[in-house]
Amino acid sequence: MSGAFTVFRRELSSYFSTPVAYIFIIIFLFLSGIFTFYIGNLFERGQADLRPFFLFHPWLYLLLIPAIAMRMWAEERKSGTIELLLTLPISLPAIAVGKFLAAWFFTIIVVSLTFPIWLTVSWLGRPDHGVIVAGYIGSFLMAGGYLAICSCLSAATKNQVIAFVIGVMVCFLFTVSGTPIVLETFASWAPSIVVDTVASFSFITRFNAITEGVIDIRDVVYFTSLIAIWLLASILVIDLKKAK
Amino acid sequence: MAMIEIRDLVKRFGAFTAVDGVTFNVERGTVLGFLGPNGAGKSTTMKMLTGFLTPSAGRISVCGYDVTTRSIQAKRRIGYLPEGAPAYPDMTPAEFLGFIADARSLRGKTRRVKLAEAIERIQIGPVLHQPIDTLSKGFKRRVGLAQAILHDPDVLVLDEPTDGLDPNQKFEVRKLIQDMAREKAIIISTHILEEVESVCTRALIISRGRVLAEGRPDEKNNGWWFNDLYAESGRLDAVFRKITTGAFEAPSSGVQHKIELGKTDSETGSVCNPPQQPSPARVGVSDSAAKKKKGEKA
Repeated sequence: MSGAFTVFRRELSSYFSTPVAYIFIIIFLFLSGIFTFYIGNLFERGQADLRPFFLFHPWLYLLLIPAIAMRMWAEERKSGTIELLLTLPISLPAIAVGKFLAAWFFTIIVVSLTFPIWLTVSWLGRPDHGVIVAGYIGSFLMAGGYLAICSCLSAATKNQVIAFVIGVMVCFLFTVSGTPIVLETFASWAPSIVVDTVASFSFITRFNAITEGVIDIRDVVYFTSLIAIWLLASILVIDLKKAK
Repeated sequence: MAMIEIRDLVKRFGAFTAVDGVTFNVERGTVLGFLGPNGAGKSTTMKMLTGFLTPSAGRISVCGYDVTTRSIQAKRRIGYLPEGAPAYPDMTPAEFLGFIADARSLRGKTRRVKLAEAIERIQIGPVLHQPIDTLSKGFKRRVGLAQAILHDPDVLVLDEPTDGLDPNQKFEVRKLIQDMAREKAIIISTHILEEVESVCTRALIISRGRVLAEGRPDEKNNGWWFNDLYAESGRLDAVFRKITTGAFEAPSSGVQHKIELGKTDSETGSVCNPPQQPSPARVGVSDSAAKKKKGEKA
């Protein structure tokens, strides 16, 4: 596991040694502020909670997570450093886990920097802190899911733009699969088991349930197993490219 | 036991066969020069040897460890400078070498000593805290070399280690390889034939994925033998061209081919200087039987 930690540290420091981290932090905080206060009408609602804040997280992640993850493998492949990395005495799963955890931890740092919004509602009223903590946990889990998907897509190409565009597309499918428009499209012709399966993939449905303060073990298992499966897929993709 | 054992190595990329049945051993104390035109399969062989690519067929072992099945143990014993010396551009050499030291599980005092030794040996002290993307090509390559030798590996694989370096830097790198040669098995790939003469103790000429000839220095003279072809010192290019352009076919039944100084382009296919001293025995590529016959006639 020390190999994974070595990769984790290098990756995490690489976010902060380039402008990527700072630009991402500024954009995320700016957009989440706009969404929460202007579109979500945090003040006008007159309720001391963070629902308007969490409501827009899937849509923010949809654009920003592929931007973080697109470089994960594609940049290594483009610059040739992947040859160096994969010939070090660190196993491929350890490298993949190290890279993923660094991106996830970075995202957690960025999202945690929104704590002034939490302080604001605490100052204005008496929010249920348990619900807010659940919201943050759900947001972190969902970010992990998006990152794992984009990590695999980044492993498949050396072109970061392709990794980003396909990443947005796949994340979009996972985001909207539980929305009424998608489900109605399926309901007209597919059996109910298919509709239920499509609905169960939805990030929004599961995330909204968590933000209401109920951390259902099935939602946690869904996100963690989704992360595990996509990470495994990225390892397989890299391994396949070694043999190809 | 050979430090590197490669048996019937094959690598296919779709319908294209990049490496086609390569077999060779490298012992400790050997510096093996890997020669061949572009696209010959040199880098692909090195990538498989270091575990970056998986072979389509064949076996590679490093210090007794199979590179495919016991890759971590094998990789611990290899120092590798990939083609173009890739490194993370946003890191400084100090950070980059620190990362490599961690990845190679160097800890505490050993870590400090090995880092100091590599920095001293490769002379990157002046740029240690400068981002790698601001370094000159020569320094970037030196950083790559420093990471390859950092853990004092038994096996060194250097893909074009002097490419893009100025003459002084080339001299330094060759000296470094010579200094390390005794305790290690070293493979270098190069286009520069003088490099083979100056640092290598053996050479393989590879083309279209196959080993065409094995070269060894002549113990008595300064030249090199490639199978039965002899090249005088400074004239390896003629033999190289003969072998890789297909003008030479593998000799059979003791027929010896010899390349000597003083032939014209049209005769040897090489760019040779006019002879300093006239010699009646100056022939380009001749076989010894014909030569003998000629002597008898005289």
